[in-house]
This record gives sequence, C-alpha cells and structure tokens, in this order.
Amino acid sequence: MAQQGPLLSVEHVSKEFYGNIVLHDVCFDLKAGEILGLVGENGAGKTTLMRILFGMPVIAQTGGYKGRVCIDGNEVNFSNPFDALDAGIGMVHQEFSLIPGFTTTENIVLNRESMKPTFLNEVFGDRMSVLDRPDMKKRAESAIAKLGVRLDSDMLISEMPVGHKQFTEIAREINREKTRILVLDEPTAVLTETEAEVLLVALRNLAKQGIAIIFISHRLHEVIQVADRIVVLRDGLAVKDTAVAGVSVRDIASWMVGRSIAAERLDAGEKREFGPEILSVEHLWVDMPGETVRDINFAVKKGEIFGFGGLAGQGKLGIPNGIMGLFPAGGAVKLHGKPVELDEPRKALEMGMAFVSEDRRGVGLLLDESLEWNIAFTAMQIHGQYLKPVLGKLLKIRDEAGMRKLTLEYIGILDIKCTSPSQKAKELSGGNQQKICLAKAFALKPDLLFVSEPTRGIDVGAKKLVLDTLHKYNREYGMTIVMVSSELEELRSICDRIAIVDEGRIAGILAPTADIAEFGLLMSGEKTEAVQGANRG
Amino acid sequence: MSGKKSLGRFFTENAVVIIFLALTIAAIPPSGLSFQYIIQEMITRLGRNTFLVLALLLPIFAGMGLNFGMTLGAMSGQIGLILAINWNIGGVEGLLFAALVGTPISVLMGYICGAVLNKAKGREMVTGYILAFFINGVYQFVVLYMMGSIFPIKNPAIVLSRGYGIRNTLNLENVRQSLDDLLMLKVGGFLIPVATFLIIGLLCVFVVWFKKTKLGQDMRAVGHDMTVAEAAGVPVDRTRIIAIIISTVLASFGQIIFLQNMGNMATYNAHDQTSFFAVAAILVGGASVKKASIPNVIIGVILLHVLYVVTPRAGQNLFGSAMIGEYFRQFIGYGVIALTLVLYAWKARQGAARAREGLRGGNSATAAAGTAAADTAKGGAK
Ligand SMILES: Nc1ncnc2c1ncn2[C@@H]1O[C@H](COP(=O)(O)OP(=O)(O)OP(=O)(O)O)[C@@H](O)[C@H]1O
Ligand SMILES: [Mg+2]
Repeated sequence: MAQQGPLLSVEHVSKEFYGNIVLHDVCFDLKAGEILGLVGENGAGKTTLMRILFGMPVIAQTGGYKGRVCIDGNEVNFSNPFDALDAGIGMVHQEFSLIPGFTTTENIVLNRESMKPTFLNEVFGDRMSVLDRPDMKKRAESAIAKLGVRLDSDMLISEMPVGHKQFTEIAREINREKTRILVLDEPTAVLTETEAEVLLVALRNLAKQGIAIIFISHRLHEVIQVADRIVVLRDGLAVKDTAVAGVSVRDIASWMVGRSIAAERLDAGEKREFGPEILSVEHLWVDMPGETVRDINFAVKKGEIFGFGGLAGQGKLGIPNGIMGLFPAGGAVKLHGKPVELDEPRKALEMGMAFVSEDRRGVGLLLDESLEWNIAFTAMQIHGQYLKPVLGKLLKIRDEAGMRKLTLEYIGILDIKCTSPSQKAKELSGGNQQKICLAKAFALKPDLLFVSEPTRGIDVGAKKLVLDTLHKYNREYGMTIVMVSSELEELRSICDRIAIVDEGRIAGILAPTADIAEFGLLMSGEKTEAVQGANRG
Repeated sequence: MSGKKSLGRFFTENAVVIIFLALTIAAIPPSGLSFQYIIQEMITRLGRNTFLVLALLLPIFAGMGLNFGMTLGAMSGQIGLILAINWNIGGVEGLLFAALVGTPISVLMGYICGAVLNKAKGREMVTGYILAFFINGVYQFVVLYMMGSIFPIKNPAIVLSRGYGIRNTLNLENVRQSLDDLLMLKVGGFLIPVATFLIIGLLCVFVVWFKKTKLGQDMRAVGHDMTVAEAAGVPVDRTRIIAIIISTVLASFGQIIFLQNMGNMATYNAHDQTSFFAVAAILVGGASVKKASIPNVIIGVILLHVLYVVTPRAGQNLFGSAMIGEYFRQFIGYGVIALTLVLYAWKARQGAARAREGLRGGNSATAAAGTAAADTAKGGAK
C-alpha cells in the first residue's frame, strides 16, 4: 500500500463564513484502507471541512472555499452531494437523515431499491418497476452484517433507540457499492460505549476491505484505538498531523486546546446533607425499544445528584424517558409526594421536572431561530417567564432584554462559541448546539433535572464545563439531578450515589468512591444472577 | 398493552367513522325508507362516486394533502363529454371518446396544478382550492364564449341560440348510464352495475400495485420527509407533479362516470362541488390529511351517501320540512371537512409543541402543514 499515491488529498483549504475564518490552509492526505482520526474542539471546523469534501450546498451558498481537493490526484469540485457520491465519497452526517416512518430496510436502500421491471417500463421508464422487497431486505441485511451489528431490518426508524438509527445510517453508506471514502462525523456521539466498541470493530473491517475512512470523534480513546493517523484542528488550523502509534489521550487533548486538562472529583472531602425525599419510583416499567425497563425502584432526596450507569441496552436510558412520558410506562412515580402521570410530557415539565434527552442531535432546537429564543422558549411556554404584561395586563410581550441577559449568561457559563445571542441555532457547530439544549433545561430552573448522556459530542474541555455547571447548579440552587451516563468516570466525578442498571432492574447502588471493580461486577450482572436467573432471555 | 387500552385506541382512531355510523343508523328509522330502497341507492351511489374519491389517494400518499385541485380534472372530463355530445357519439364509445379527449387536457391541467403546488409547499390544500376557482374562470370563458365561435361546435341541441356558447344544462341522453347498463345484473332484487364496479375494482388493483412500484415508494418517501428524500436523490418536485397529474386524470375519468350515471350535466356548475363531496367522503371514511386507504374510500362513500339519502326524509318526518335535512346535509359535509382539518392542525401543533419542549425530535414540515390545514379549514367552512 505504501507505494500507492494518496486516494484523497486536501491541499491548502481555507473557508470563511461572512468574514469569520473557520478553516485556514488545511492540508492532509488519505490513503486507501487508512483510517484518519480528525479531532478538535467544538467549533474547530471539522464539520465544515467535511462539508467541503462532500460538496454540501451550504458551502457554495456561503461563498465557496479556497484551496484544492483531489481524488486520485485529480482536482474535484463537487457542486452537490450526488457528485461526491458518484466519486465514491459516503458521508454519515452529524444530524440524522432517515425517514422516521420507513423501516430499516427501506432507509438503507432509500432511492436505490431493488426493482423488477414491468411492461410499463417501456413507456414510462424505470420508476414503474415493482420493488423487489425480498431482495431489498437481503441487501439491507448484508450491509448490516458487514457492519457486524444486530438490527431489526423491519423495524420503523421512529421506534428505534438512537444507537440503532446511527447504525442504519452507516449501513446505508456501506450498501453503496462505489463507496471508497467514508466520512463519519461523530458517529459514536449518540452511541453507548459498547455500541461504539462494535462500531469501531466494524470500521476496522471496512478499512481492511480497502475503504478509506475519516473518523471524527470527541472520544479521544476511540480515535487512538481505531485510527492509523490523526489530524488535530485548532481554531481552523491543522496544528498536528501524526501517526497514532505512541500518542496518548493526554497528548491529543493538549494539542486540541493548547493547555492541559485534568478531571478530578470536585468536592473531595465535602460533607453532604440532603433534604426530604423528592422523587420516589416504585415498580417502574418502560417500553422503550432497545432500552426496556422492567422493574425499577429508587428514591432521590432533595439536593442529591443521583447517577444511573450500566451497559447499553440494559434500560438505564429508559428510566428518564419513561418518567418524562416519552415512551409507554407504568408504575408509581411520585414527585414531592404527588403522583406523576406517565404519559404527559407537558405535565411532567409543569410539575417542575426537566429533561435533557440523549437524543438531541439537532432535535428540540428551533434551528431557524436565534439562540435567545431557543434558550428562553421552554421557560416561556411552561412557566410564563420572559413575558411582560402591557396595556394593563391585556397583552403580554416578550421581555427581549431579559432573554438576552439570560442567553449571554449561558454563553458565558458553557463557553458557547457563537457570534452573538441572535445568531441562528443552525449556524452553530454540533457540540455548541448541544450546549444550547443544556442551557434550555437549566433555564427552566427545575426542581428535578434529568440529564441523559450530558457530555456526548462535547469536546474534552467543554465536558468539564458541563459537569461543573451541573455541580454548581446543584450546590447553588439546590437543584436535584438524576444523571444517566454510560461514562462511569463522569458519574463518579459528580454523583452522590450511583445505581447500576442491568436487565431493566437496579443491580445495586454504590457510593462514587466505591472500588471500580465493584461497578464492573454489577454491570456484568454477577450479583443479580442468582435472583433473576429465571427472567433472562 | 391491556385490552381496555387497545379498545380505547380503536375508538379514538376511528372516531369519525363511528360517529357517522351512529348518525346514519339513527336517521334510518325516522326516514321511513325501506332497506330495499336504501341499499339500492347505496349501490347506485357507490358506482357513481367511488372512482372520484379514489382519485384523492395518490396526492395524500405523496404528502400533499387533500387534492382540492381535482376539480381541474372534473372540468377536463366535462369538456370531453361536451365534444362527445357535439359529435353525437353515443353509448360506451361516447364515454371512451370523452375520456380520450379528457386525458390530454387533464394531464396538462395536472401539470400546471402540480407545478403551482410545488411553489407552495406546505400550503397545498388552500392553494389547490384557490387554483380550482381560477381555472373555473378559464373553463367558463372557454365553454361560454369560445365554443361555437373559435372551436367549431355545430350541434344545435347544445349550443345557445345566440350561436356560440354551450347551453346551461346538457342532456346526456346518448351516453346516459351506458357504462352502468353495459352489464347490469339483478341479484336478489338489487340492480348491480357490474361494469362500473369492475372499472372501480381495476382502479383499486392499480392503486395497490402502484404502491409497490418504485414511483409509489418515492411518493411515500416524499410524503414522509421531503428533505431526506431530496438528499437521497429522489426527484421530489417531479414526483409531486406526477402524483397530481395521475390524480387529475383519474378525476376526469371519475367525473365522466359520475355524469353518465346522472344522465345530465349542469355545464357551468357540475364540477363546483366535486372536490367537496369527494373530500367529505374520504374523511367520513376515516382518512386524514396524511393517511388514507382504499377501505377509507369505500366506507366513506357508503356512509356519506346513505346519510344523504336518509336525512331529507328524516327531516321531513321529524320537523315537517325536507329543507332541514337539506341543510343538515350541507352542514355535515362542510362540518366534517372543517373538523378533520382543524383536528389535523391541532395534532400537528401538539407534535410541534412537544418537539419544542425539547424532549424529542420533531419535524418542522408537520408544523407548516398544520398551519396550512388550518387555513384550508377556514376556507372550507365558509
Ligand atoms: N452556516 C453557517 N453560517 C455561519 N457560520 C457557520 C455556519 N456553519 C458553521 N459555522 C461556524 O463555523 C465554525 C466551525 O463549525 P463546525 O461545525 O465545522 O465545527 P465542528 O468542529 O464540527 O464542531 P463540533 O465538534 O461542535 O461539531 C463554528 O464557529 C460555526 O459557528
Ligand atoms: Mg461538527
């Protein structure tokens, strides 16, 4: 492979959005069968660079780019993604592009369905062919098999957990025969660690088959594990281009931010006191596909930070989704001693609970609206905040100044990279959009906040900011927090108690200081084996 | 989960059908009409209307809502019939001729309509409604002034005495019920127009088959999510235009079938309420702006038209005035359209509100469609 010229080379690429320089003179090469890890802070320009490669119309609409992109040594300049597809570039975007009402199969072969000709083809062309559903299913399943994951080919996308959606999307790119270069923009951001593991293996497989891969992720250990080479972007500059061998997570992190980052327990030695019980959950079941909750009992005290950990698919994600009314659920849930209706998200919000869902790639944001509007919207809807009475309370108008103040505050706290509070949400980078989701929930100042996977898709530096903010709100406003995360270290850094979920039940509750091996035992289902042996399967 | 829950869901999902079924059953005894009569009427009206209502299906699949623009097809069919009468082509041949003339006109009309609707994505229903008014003006002009002057129309039986323009009412003696009578069977005292039903059956088979084609799949994709379909390379605009063209052509055939059964034609008004009745029927049958099926069409035609048969008599017997039943009919028709559209808009808004609450993915297209539906509802309720 060494003799071969590069499959793809990016030469001196620069890009600006209305005078804001996002990429500056970026160069790198990519060979067939090579996996390139592309890392950088939120807003460093990773997605923008990939959009240039893929010929996304936004690039041309915002004034094009400078520099050259070559495939097999020939310069290409795609005017739209279809040209890029024809040239063999497949891309999995940071936002999903699946049809929710279609099945896995239908999405994987979307617009490339297998067809059987009919007599009408002569007159009306190929579109009058009949779909060959068995063959479509076969193709979809073979793409899924190539990925090495388990996916129900007949399931509707709308009923899937996020991880499965991600696999579907990757399977779609693999299904294209021509694909030689596969670009994955934070494919693991929505996956749990085990799912991500599976995906990394799949990527290695694909690379062996000669496909070149560009892999973007904020989980640096993944990058080290899967990539052959990494390119680090900092503020639009490619500050490092090096082989992965011998590089540590710490090295990459410092190249990314230009300073060193340490994560340690924030409150070492602090004595914690809690109020009365705020939330009690008895016999909760939740019918969330892929994350079924069978029988969960727990109680949280006021002022506590309660964590849920566990392996993917064991049901930890189902807990907040069920309590907030997003999936069919049952059991007795009480907030402040009052029963919570389990199928009314709005009621749940009004009772003083809020939820930052794990499924938040571009969701729940009003993409065409300003940041102010996005952050203050829910507070306005649910609590009637940021509305000023005028004309003797006849009318209420928006309190623009108040909204702006609030937004500026969160831009500061969470270090959101934007040009102004009135910038449109869609113009932010993916990670910064997620920070907006968090800000929105914080702005509600709920009594009880559920956060699910709060730091997914957020860069190492900002991760700490998010955890610090959760910590700060807990200490300063007494906000009770229930946090679900697949990153144990994250849970251990701020939670007061951590429950490990296994097979839809709590396997055990541990103190954050407990030995890591204890957590491992609970996760692997060791201790529950005897009790629940009968329920497995 | 439980039986009670699924029963509850069955009721909410089929609320419209159940309400209408109850209304119809309740109106039958006071009407004093015999079952024999009601069932014969039902069969006749099924033959008369079903084809027209089926024409609405494709645009719904393509996410374009209720195709109020189908009126354009009805007008095309009428022009075909006028020409058939003019040249004295009678019987089934006359109908075939009318369809042959109607097809190119309705293809053109469908293309125009589709192109206009593509410029008004998310507001298809209001736009189609208004477009129908506009084309109606063109139709009036053509039939009233150009026929007989610019287009040679010679038959004195249909031309106004001033020498040009078509008479207000046309007698379709030549083609009257020629399709129905082609194969009329008498089964257990009921007259059944087998040929008409065969054609309707054929269209149903076509619709089922069409859903299995690549084009049908593309329509579904476009209907679900235009952006994703576009990104996958489905020619969205073209697909939408094709859906409207097919619907318009089917509407023109449907109108010909409808008029041959009626036996005469109000030249300037026959198409006025075509889309209104068809839309009311499909909605009564339990369809929505986003979802419809062949059973919705058949159930809807039966329920709506049995109700139309019995209410004037029931009104006469209960309140001593047939007019009350007549008003009731109008009221129901517009009522159900307005109600369904409002319900739809409400649901779409709820969905959007939920999405905004930031809990889950939402799609802005439904919200836009919701507003459009509300607009149409206002238009329809006037
Ligand atoms: N359409 C746009 N208009 C204006 N500015 C934009 C637009 N798209 C992106 N930007 C800006 O370009 C910069 C780089 O964004 P990009 O999405 O490439 O970041 P990223 O490296 O992918 O970050 P993340 O890790 O958060 O996804 C950001 O500051 C962003 O605000
Ligand atoms: Mg990005």
